[in-house]
Amino acid sequence: MDFELSEEQRLLKDSVDRMLADTYPFDKRKGYMAEPDGFSQALWAQYAELGLLGLPFAEEHGGFGGGPVETMLVMEGIGRVLALEPYLATVILCGAALRHAGSDAQNSALLPRIAEGKLRMAFAHGERQARYDLSDVLTTAKKSGSGWRLDGGKSVVVHGDTAQKLVVSARTAGDRDDTDGISLFLVDTGAGGVARRAYKMRDGTGAAELSLSGVDAELLGEAGEGFAVVERVVEAGIAASAADAVGGMETMLAMTVEYLKTRQQFGKPIGANQALQHRASEMMMALEQGRSLEFLAAVRLDEEDAAARAHAFSTVKVGIGQAAKFVSQNAVQLHGGIGMTDEYAVGHYFRRAMVIEHTFGDITHHLSRLAAAIA
Amino acid sequence: MDLRFSAEELAFRDELRAFYRENLPDDLREQMRLGHGSEKEDTIRWQRILNKKGWAAYSWPKAWGGPGWTPIQRMMFLEENQLAPAPDMQVFNITMIGPVLIQFGTEEQKKRFLPRAANVDDWWCQGFSEPGAGSDLASLKTSAKLDGDHYVVNGQKIWTSTAHMADWCFLLVRTNPNAAKRQEGISFLLVDMKTPGITVRPIISIDGTHHLNEVFFDDVRVPVSMRVYEENKGWDVAKYLLGNERTGIARLGRSKERLSFAKEAARDMRSGGGALIDDFAFRQRVAQMEVDITALELTQLRVVSAHDKARDGKPDPLSSVLKVKGTELLQAASEMVMDVGGPLSMPDWALELEALSNEPEIGPSWATDATRSYLMLRAASIYGGTNEIMKNIVSKAVLGL
Repeated sequence: MDFELSEEQRLLKDSVDRMLADTYPFDKRKGYMAEPDGFSQALWAQYAELGLLGLPFAEEHGGFGGGPVETMLVMEGIGRVLALEPYLATVILCGAALRHAGSDAQNSALLPRIAEGKLRMAFAHGERQARYDLSDVLTTAKKSGSGWRLDGGKSVVVHGDTAQKLVVSARTAGDRDDTDGISLFLVDTGAGGVARRAYKMRDGTGAAELSLSGVDAELLGEAGEGFAVVERVVEAGIAASAADAVGGMETMLAMTVEYLKTRQQFGKPIGANQALQHRASEMMMALEQGRSLEFLAAVRLDEEDAAARAHAFSTVKVGIGQAAKFVSQNAVQLHGGIGMTDEYAVGHYFRRAMVIEHTFGDITHHLSRLAAAIA
Repeated sequence: MDLRFSAEELAFRDELRAFYRENLPDDLREQMRLGHGSEKEDTIRWQRILNKKGWAAYSWPKAWGGPGWTPIQRMMFLEENQLAPAPDMQVFNITMIGPVLIQFGTEEQKKRFLPRAANVDDWWCQGFSEPGAGSDLASLKTSAKLDGDHYVVNGQKIWTSTAHMADWCFLLVRTNPNAAKRQEGISFLLVDMKTPGITVRPIISIDGTHHLNEVFFDDVRVPVSMRVYEENKGWDVAKYLLGNERTGIARLGRSKERLSFAKEAARDMRSGGGALIDDFAFRQRVAQMEVDITALELTQLRVVSAHDKARDGKPDPLSSVLKVKGTELLQAASEMVMDVGGPLSMPDWALELEALSNEPEIGPSWATDATRSYLMLRAASIYGGTNEIMKNIVSKAVLGL
């Protein structure tokens, strides 16, 4: 057992943290959000230069062959500064879909372009009626000549507002809720029949609702066998979001401790109150418990046994969700009025933690899965 | 011990329910049920319907246009208002400045302001907190210096809810900076928001909306006749104001109503291939909240009925319990509605890009508003004395620690 980072991993962490610390002071972030894409294209190019966009891909696809720990380090950095770039959607989610389902030809065509920062993608799986049920897919795919035609709709597609290409799930067989018969497809967002309604999530991230009518699509992986890939993609997403949440918790704890030391009431810093010292200590404990689960997620990503993986990722999602909720709610509470403002950073971290909890299944959803799995 | 309401109290509740059935406009009820909240004009509209009936100033004595209800009746009224659901009372008018003027105001102040406050002809806001004076309110610095028959006010207030739509502000100012105790140099003034020298700047909240403001006072002249109670005795007025309305603190009716909405909405949302309402983990959360609501309901009744009997004016230690537990429940109930919406609660539809006005709504509007409400209600454990301050009161004043 070894929790230490390797020399290479430490170098990676340093360069990610340095780049983001330089480019992401909170007031600059507002500027990035106001850019046409809702994030910084210039920074996206810097991610590519640093090799972050190809990090988890094989070397023959322009990547660096990094594993879950490497992407965890990037996501932690992103979480620490609330970076807006579509790393989760493009590199983590669609990267995982391609790695698990893509043909050599598809991977050779797409992964190098992602690594170079020339292709941004989004994972279009969730549907309006589905809530967190991964097998609740009503969008259909029908054979059309040598390709496929998609009809249906996808909901809350994170970074779907600016993605150039999508991984879309659709039903090629079976009924609603069947795990069999779900397939994955590659779709150009500019293709005929794709309509997007773009908006912002509560944390400022771009997203879209998609409607698909007779859209030309290219099959990704085996027809009817897509559900297992969806699960792998969601697990990669949970691991990445856990790191994102841990980065956010670190910043929230640091901000709160600083505030407790400086905010004066009744002639002394509010941090002189033992009750508040204990609250900050509990926030630290929640963060560290969360960090442990963040590590568990990174290690379990390559687990072969699907049931063991499902159990581990529900555990991670519950624990991270609870930790981030405790830390973020108390960060706002201990800041008092200033924590309630849009101008001050802590509320933005609060909303990011909230969106993370409600992505890939919330605490209750995963507790329910764990409860059902008790032998 | 008898935990049942008397026949008269039950008859009173029936009367309330009948009134709400007949008089709460359907559009307001639906808007509240979907969690959209109430705009200024909604609040005014509903307050005026209540005022026609003589109920708007529900906690005031008959002599000043209130119904003269007992604390139990007031509690029942608030609960029915929240369960209906109807817009909340204009709290600054009805539960703050009204009772303050009735207790401390001059006859002229009462006659001038009370009827207009009940009908919300004047919209009041509260100028208490300052950047350096939050929980430690007595450290406030905004000054008022006597100049003939006027005070000249200079300073800054913050977190002033609805100041941008207010006609009047009740304000705590420092009239004696040299008082032996900080609390002894404070006065309570009524300020016309149209007076020259007042600048209101918006503060956008965590939910992306504009409720809060900073208010700057630059040589603002306030007639001495607009001071409430004696000079340098404003702290007594403020204490009365903050401790005055105990039955309203818990907002239990609102938590009950939100929970009942969450259960209803959970029938239409999915979980594990079925309805969310059938998910055992979800049901357990609902059950836990119902236990907490039942306990708090009885605690609230104990506070209210003790108040009915004793009337010694001392704050009941249990009122801190109502504030802490009540706000925790309200936050949990709003969180539950948000959770029921799941992913559809996360988009900020107000920030839809390239919005087309004739497009149908994408998600259920209650889901996005549930999140807004969840975000805004983080303030419930901060304003009116943070929950940490409430716990200090319990440990020091009640437990003697």
